[in-house]
Amino acid sequence: MFHQGKNLFLSGNEAAAEGVRLCRPQVIAAYPITPQTTLVEKLSEFVANREFPCKYLLVESEHSAMAATMGAAMIGCRVFTATSSQGLLYMCEMLSYVSGSRYPVVLANANRSTATPWNIFGDQRDSVAMRDSGWIQFYTESGQESLDTIIQAYKVAEHPEVSTPVMVNIDGFTLTHTYDLVNIPSQEEVEKFLPPLKTTNKFSLEAPKSLSFTIGPDFHLESRYQQQKAFHAAEDVIARVDDEFAGIFGRKYHGMVEQYRCDDAEHILTVMGSTAGTTRIVVDKLRAAGKKVGMIKVRCLRPFPKKFFAGLGGSCKALGVLDRNISFGYEGALYTEVRAAMLKPGASIRTLNFIAGLGGADISKADLELMFEKLGGIASGQESGQKEFGQEEQEHQYIGLRWS
Amino acid sequence: MKEIRWHGRGGNGAFMAARLLGLAASVYGGRYAQAFPSFGPERRGAPVLGFTRIDDSIIVDHSQVADCDCVIVLDETLIDVVDVLKGLKSDGVLLVNSGKGEGEFRKLPGFADIKKLIVFDGTALALDILQSPIVNTIMLGATIAATDIVGLSDAENAIEELMPKHLAEKNKQVARMAYERVKYGKEYEKVKYEKVKGEQR
Repeated sequence: MFHQGKNLFLSGNEAAAEGVRLCRPQVIAAYPITPQTTLVEKLSEFVANREFPCKYLLVESEHSAMAATMGAAMIGCRVFTATSSQGLLYMCEMLSYVSGSRYPVVLANANRSTATPWNIFGDQRDSVAMRDSGWIQFYTESGQESLDTIIQAYKVAEHPEVSTPVMVNIDGFTLTHTYDLVNIPSQEEVEKFLPPLKTTNKFSLEAPKSLSFTIGPDFHLESRYQQQKAFHAAEDVIARVDDEFAGIFGRKYHGMVEQYRCDDAEHILTVMGSTAGTTRIVVDKLRAAGKKVGMIKVRCLRPFPKKFFAGLGGSCKALGVLDRNISFGYEGALYTEVRAAMLKPGASIRTLNFIAGLGGADISKADLELMFEKLGGIASGQESGQKEFGQEEQEHQYIGLRWS
Repeated sequence: MKEIRWHGRGGNGAFMAARLLGLAASVYGGRYAQAFPSFGPERRGAPVLGFTRIDDSIIVDHSQVADCDCVIVLDETLIDVVDVLKGLKSDGVLLVNSGKGEGEFRKLPGFADIKKLIVFDGTALALDILQSPIVNTIMLGATIAATDIVGLSDAENAIEELMPKHLAEKNKQVARMAYERVKYGKEYEKVKYEKVKGEQR
């Protein structure tokens, strides 16, 4: 898997910081919050050691962190910030300022539960709540993927047809605080892949213009339509950037969505984030026992891989979606998206939603095996034609729930 | 895959030991490794855990460690507080830092069945050489001797890389001493140590 550069034993946060260092942002503004803290600590160390020329701003809040990165982006700087949980929620107002103004800011979010109940551990309720902030959202599976995705994120965000900020989501603790062997690409290779930012969306004495201005009812629809178009353009750009990345660095993440052993799979589990790694092991084990199982790893929640799920069919009889979030009053957010994309007349794939891993709860290999078992159960119920949906399994399953 | 759990109290350096072992196995040993602490807030003196996974192929497991091939207890008072035998495989190894004899521990519930139990007085060695009761690198050396999970020189390289210069030398020394005492017995190490000391003079 390793190409060039050097291999280090790093935490996910340190790996992400290495990715940022290689992209050489000119301004970083951040406020520490668990479990993101060691990421920005590492960056401040890099800047203090003059590893790359950068202005590191100590701000008094996450709201200011995003405002400051926006200010720097307005003069054409490549910028970075990172946060988590309540910090991301506190940034919420500024997220839409940045996305609406189309600045290619990259943000790393250490996924963590949101209060209350107060909890510093990992789940994806924070970033899922910011789904409609107008940011592209990636979710990573490992420290290596976090590093690589940050490099890809700048390339996607700065693409002239996209010009949209990108949030790279890294599972709190499970990735941010887990040490692993990580390949650090060379600076030369990264610079070849990602040249310095060139943009016209900035203040300039040569070409004066207004930025981040008011758009009333007369042109508002058009401005939003352009944002939507940018997300459509991003679908192709994300795929192309991943291909180009693979050509230089030898690692490929399959754009917005990856299929693992899905070719003839009848029971498929859809996951997002670090759980994908554990799921690979379970798929391999069940495959060895002759079970036709597979995994879909959703790497991008926005843009959503709609075409992929709309085209899902073939051998698949039962599809599970694991959500490390819950949208109260409905269901897991990823489940809703997947089901909506799959909607078509006569669709025959049965679906289950698994809510698991909230507030840092472990998602064990046994939990994942149980999910595949349930998928196998509803698929065979469907085959016999005797069981109606809901009779043998509840559509929404809360894994590990001790009482209801 | 080998899975190792470290028991310590906040400040004992249990996670540092887990990290050193992972670094030794991966960057210096040419294999793959993962290391992580018990997630959450850290408090000095509170029971904490460290985990190391080592394998010949890339490690993609992001669930918690359930079954262990080896458990190391840096502070014996933890045995009263947490179940240090939890998940220890039937052929697993348990190392305890203590000045007591192995017989004392064998009397404890569940300890009679442990295939390989090593009781090593890491604290005495730490006080002697490091002038401080920090035993993480000592128990790392003892663990390597008991399991051969990584090469001792790989661990020495890891200590050199991770620890500040003024601590690295002495920690490498105590790791090697613990390794030799567990591997070959105290007498061998003593003879060798005095011989080296003699040569240095």
